[in-house]
Amino acid sequence: MTPRAGEPQLAPSGTIRPEGKGRPGWHRRASSRSRHVGWILFFLLPSGIPLLLFTFLPMVSSAWVSLHEWNLISPMKWVGLDNYAHLLTDPGTRRVFANTIFYIVGYFPLVYIGGLGLAIVLNRKLAGRSFFRAAYFLPVVTSWVVVALVWQWLLNPSNGLINQILGFFNLYEPGWWTDPAWAMPSVILASAWKDLGFVMVILLAGLQTIPHELYEAARIDGASGWKVFRHVTLPLLSPATFFVVVISLINGFQVFDQVYVMTGGGPAGASQVVVGEIYELTFRYGRAGEASALSWLLFLVILAVTVIQIRGQRRWVHYA
Amino acid sequence: MPDTTVTTPPAGPGVARTGDAVEASRHRPRLGRVLLYAGVVAGAFMMLFPFLWTVVTSITTRGNLSGGPTLVPEEPTLDAYRTLFDALPMWRIVANSFGIAIASTFFQLLTGSMAAYGFARLRFRGKNVIFGLYLATLMVPLQVLVVPLFIQMTRFNLNDTYFALLAPSIASAFGIFLLKQAMESVPRELDEAATIDGASHLRIYATIILPLVRPALATLTVFAFMASWNSFIWPLVVIRSPELMTLPLGLSTLQGQFTTDWNVVMAGSVVSILPIAIVYLFAQRHVIAGMAHTGLK
Repeated sequence: MTPRAGEPQLAPSGTIRPEGKGRPGWHRRASSRSRHVGWILFFLLPSGIPLLLFTFLPMVSSAWVSLHEWNLISPMKWVGLDNYAHLLTDPGTRRVFANTIFYIVGYFPLVYIGGLGLAIVLNRKLAGRSFFRAAYFLPVVTSWVVVALVWQWLLNPSNGLINQILGFFNLYEPGWWTDPAWAMPSVILASAWKDLGFVMVILLAGLQTIPHELYEAARIDGASGWKVFRHVTLPLLSPATFFVVVISLINGFQVFDQVYVMTGGGPAGASQVVVGEIYELTFRYGRAGEASALSWLLFLVILAVTVIQIRGQRRWVHYA
Repeated sequence: MPDTTVTTPPAGPGVARTGDAVEASRHRPRLGRVLLYAGVVAGAFMMLFPFLWTVVTSITTRGNLSGGPTLVPEEPTLDAYRTLFDALPMWRIVANSFGIAIASTFFQLLTGSMAAYGFARLRFRGKNVIFGLYLATLMVPLQVLVVPLFIQMTRFNLNDTYFALLAPSIASAFGIFLLKQAMESVPRELDEAATIDGASHLRIYATIILPLVRPALATLTVFAFMASWNSFIWPLVVIRSPELMTLPLGLSTLQGQFTTDWNVVMAGSVVSILPIAIVYLFAQRHVIAGMAHTGLK
């Protein structure tokens, strides 16, 4: 008898009720039920145990740690919500959130407008189209650390390529990542360069789902160029755009690798972001409780922003 | 699969590729088309040039660097690579990156597809609650977990081990979700017929369901491999010994050691770009399709 036979829900479809399932003795039912439980455990435990140990447990303990004062070494000291209270009034918190938001505000328009333009162009028939798609996508598969290092070199204030070019044209040469005012723009530039291809691919996939007939209909109605783009392409692309917005904001709030490598959060904290602060608080200042509290604040902010977007999508996202 | 990645010189716009382009080119004025093309080429140049610059810098001598390297280095040298391989166990680090990425991809495919089968095909009480809990782990950013995970690993004395590096990516709720959705779309008649024929769950899972969800498995492969290959913050926190480092981590330590030796840092960048770029060139279509596919779910 198959283990599957012990599964009572097979019955509703009636016809496929396996033989011998009709009037099972108590004994047999018990054994097949335990065999069914065996199958459930067999399929779920390999993922359940790691998720429990390496995701759930840390989640719970992080919440617990956030209610304590702790330097990772000496015993934890209960402080209740003090960590949260302190963070909410600390100007440092405001600054790292402001820097993170500055990053998002600078980064998103660059990748979205750039990615959209590319997607539209590469959606046309164009010789070498797949070569271009591949070229634009290459930075996406490159690791953040590499991208950050390469851009740190390109934006090197004294002998980097960009300033050499600017110097050649007698233009202003910014101090880039060594200058507090230019540190974050440097990070934004590198990030936009890396993610452009990703946004392009998502929007390209979105463009390809727009039925050809709609364009023809619009053309027959005499609409052209900008009007078609505004009233056909943009609305029908809104689900893909929505995805890009949600993902970009989630990733934007969690920005860390490129900042850590390019500026280390400096100069003088000018480009420190939330996750960078969590890292520093824990491993440099030994304030694990505060760091955990800050990571939960970040989580709440991300959650709130995402929920607001999902609620708000009704106003501008059109599902076909 | 090879497609046109390698050589498709920007020839005249005459030879259009067959494809799913929306607009035909007939009505377009020629000048506009040339400008468009020039723009795309310039853009591609901007995307590829930093890679070229990385290679050029890595074969320039240190002395020639201070004035800013030229596009064609006067006396190309592999000195920077020698310095790099002396400073760090680079072969080991590349092998670590591959090993961890392959292992975590394998485990995620295995544990993910098993869990997905459980959720898609087995019936039991509380299934939705358990699945909801799985999904909840998706919403918690890694940053929230890094500190407590580190503490947990320290407590079990597992810091600075391969196990610690791999542990958080043995199972991923993202993968389970992706594969479950794919399995839900496989017609139930197929496995019900197999059940009548006496096939066990294991057999149905391995011989019927898995082959039918291959595209989703390919997507997960791409995501899992790339996530592991590029992951930085967790290795940064948990690994100390150079022999256990992965590429991003090893590379970031170069920065401190060779503050002004940009040729060495760029040599390290070349070493870490090369393997993934080769993998990418061969799997390019799957990578892009995989990204686009999940993007619109």
